[in-house]
Amino acid sequence: MIEVIDAERCTSCDICVNVCPTNVFDKTDGIPIIARQADCQTCFLCELYCPEDALFVSPFADASQSVDVVALKQGALLGSYRRAVGWTDDTRELRGVDRSYLLFGH
Amino acid sequence: MTGRAEKLSATAGSIESDADVLVLGGGPAGTWAAISAAEHGARVVLADKGFCGTSGATAAAGTGVWYIDPDPALREAAMAGREKMGGYLQARRWMARTLDCTYAQSNRLAEWGYPYPVDDSGKSQRNSLQGPEYMRLMRKRTKAAGVIILDHSPALELLVDDGGAVAGAAGLRRQKDDRWVVRAKAVVIATGGCAFLSKTLGSNVLTGDGYLMGAEAGAELTSMEFSNPYAISAAFGSVTKTLFYGWATFTYEDGSVVPGAASKGGRSAIARALMQGPVYARLDKADEEVRRSMRASQPNFFLPFDRTGIDPFTHRFPVTLRLEGTVRGTGGLRIVDDTCATTVPGLYAAGDAATRELVCGGFTGGGSHNAAWAMSSGTWAGQGAADYARLAGAASNRQVARAGTVALRERADRPFAPAQLARAVQDEVFPYELNYFREAGRLEGSLERLDALWAEASSAGAATEADVLRAREAAAMLATARWMYRSGLARKESRGMHRRDDFPNQDERFRHYVSAGGLDEVWTAPRTHADGAYAEAAE
Repeated sequence: MIEVIDAERCTSCDICVNVCPTNVFDKTDGIPIIARQADCQTCFLCELYCPEDALFVSPFADASQSVDVVALKQGALLGSYRRAVGWTDDTRELRGVDRSYLLFGH
Repeated sequence: MTGRAEKLSATAGSIESDADVLVLGGGPAGTWAAISAAEHGARVVLADKGFCGTSGATAAAGTGVWYIDPDPALREAAMAGREKMGGYLQARRWMARTLDCTYAQSNRLAEWGYPYPVDDSGKSQRNSLQGPEYMRLMRKRTKAAGVIILDHSPALELLVDDGGAVAGAAGLRRQKDDRWVVRAKAVVIATGGCAFLSKTLGSNVLTGDGYLMGAEAGAELTSMEFSNPYAISAAFGSVTKTLFYGWATFTYEDGSVVPGAASKGGRSAIARALMQGPVYARLDKADEEVRRSMRASQPNFFLPFDRTGIDPFTHRFPVTLRLEGTVRGTGGLRIVDDTCATTVPGLYAAGDAATRELVCGGFTGGGSHNAAWAMSSGTWAGQGAADYARLAGAASNRQVARAGTVALRERADRPFAPAQLARAVQDEVFPYELNYFREAGRLEGSLERLDALWAEASSAGAATEADVLRAREAAAMLATARWMYRSGLARKESRGMHRRDDFPNQDERFRHYVSAGGLDEVWTAPRTHADGAYAEAAE
């Protein structure tokens, strides 16, 4: 579930508040807050839509985990999903590399 | 009609608008319906519980699409290849028109700029869609078609006129702390299926809301016994991508192989093993090329592994089966004609909110047919609703009442606790020994408990503003579970995904559909399979 809104990177654009399908975030006067963490369905879509790579969704769907933000940054894990699907400027070519057609029918 | 017959009056602080067509739900079916209705001249409003573009089972995932080139032999093989799996309950005519519509709409996606991959021979491959990319594009096209989108605006109830026809809906704007009312000449329910908050990928917005709203207006359901698919995920994670587990070896704690366990055709062996203890998987049958294709095709599959330091190809990791309910089942609102009209005038259904019995029978296998159905049924329902609205003419002066019941009525009793009710329903539908493997005595025991929960919830008072959405979701889950198990009891055989321990074989006398409906009193009734002739020929 969602664990991190990195205050260093977040620009308070509130895109995450809008796009989260289960309404986990709330706007504030500053950066958004994770207001309803238990409602997170671990779909990773907020990460994908965050233009600053300021969010981190832990893969643990049922339990909150403590997360080391410095390690996430060192390991380039912030924004890793966005880069993998080609939603950053320098990974655009990855949008069209779906090879599912080779895997179907197995 | 079980409505409150309460005259519609605007709640303080609510927004009100008029439309020709109101679409509830902004996943694939809802967006195709909205675009189709707008292209047929309707003024359209689309209300989504979450955010149109990220909401629903498709947006978070990748999905196959039943896209088959219009070569008669290929089409024939595609249809014939599904019939046995679905228990011979499909209708050939519906399969054929779904293939036609899916082909046409997928090609429109290409024109709109969807980045389909090109294979080594230079051919554009169109039988798979990346969920985030697809739904981002669909939101853009929905807006471009002139549709007004209400995000974070879950519908709570339908509006009906004096004659029982549907006349709009009302709901919450949960980020504005107010309400919305849209009077419409026709409504398309595209709110998805019900996965009972199981956290199967992207599905926690899918709580059967449209089934409950439809039933309150008098709509019927069908094939609700086909509602027990479970998807494989890492035990700790949410990402369910069953296709990739086709390359897995499944083992017990001690490392020995679970006999008969497989993603396809052996998932019940995994369920039986999970009833005894933990089960592990390792995707050790994937060679280097398959591994590369998996990474390229489905980056989200690897998030739970990359972020926990597990190499799924060489490490064992614990797996679980998460209930997908009617999201990958085939039950839903009954459709009565080619426009995806329901049994209630002015009410249409599309996608997983509608039955998929016509194209899938009693088994879907994967996202492919559901994705094709969402595109096609959305397209038809949108056009049907637009045509209905045009014929209805100026109907804005009709008397309209709210149809919602449970959790919305002012009663002396205290409101029920939604989280507690949702958990109580999960306790009846998650266990493999109740839902995966069904048996009369166990189904009857569950139904007794579920009926008691309904009696309590339906006599409770109105939920508070803060709780009303959760209360309606829990009530919809409860209603869905009761239709599922009542239908499951009525089908005294095993067919499609419906398995009865007490009736392990398919029985020719049950090659019919099971309709269901009702809220306080749940009923089921057999319904003749419309397309019986081919099924006999196939057997």
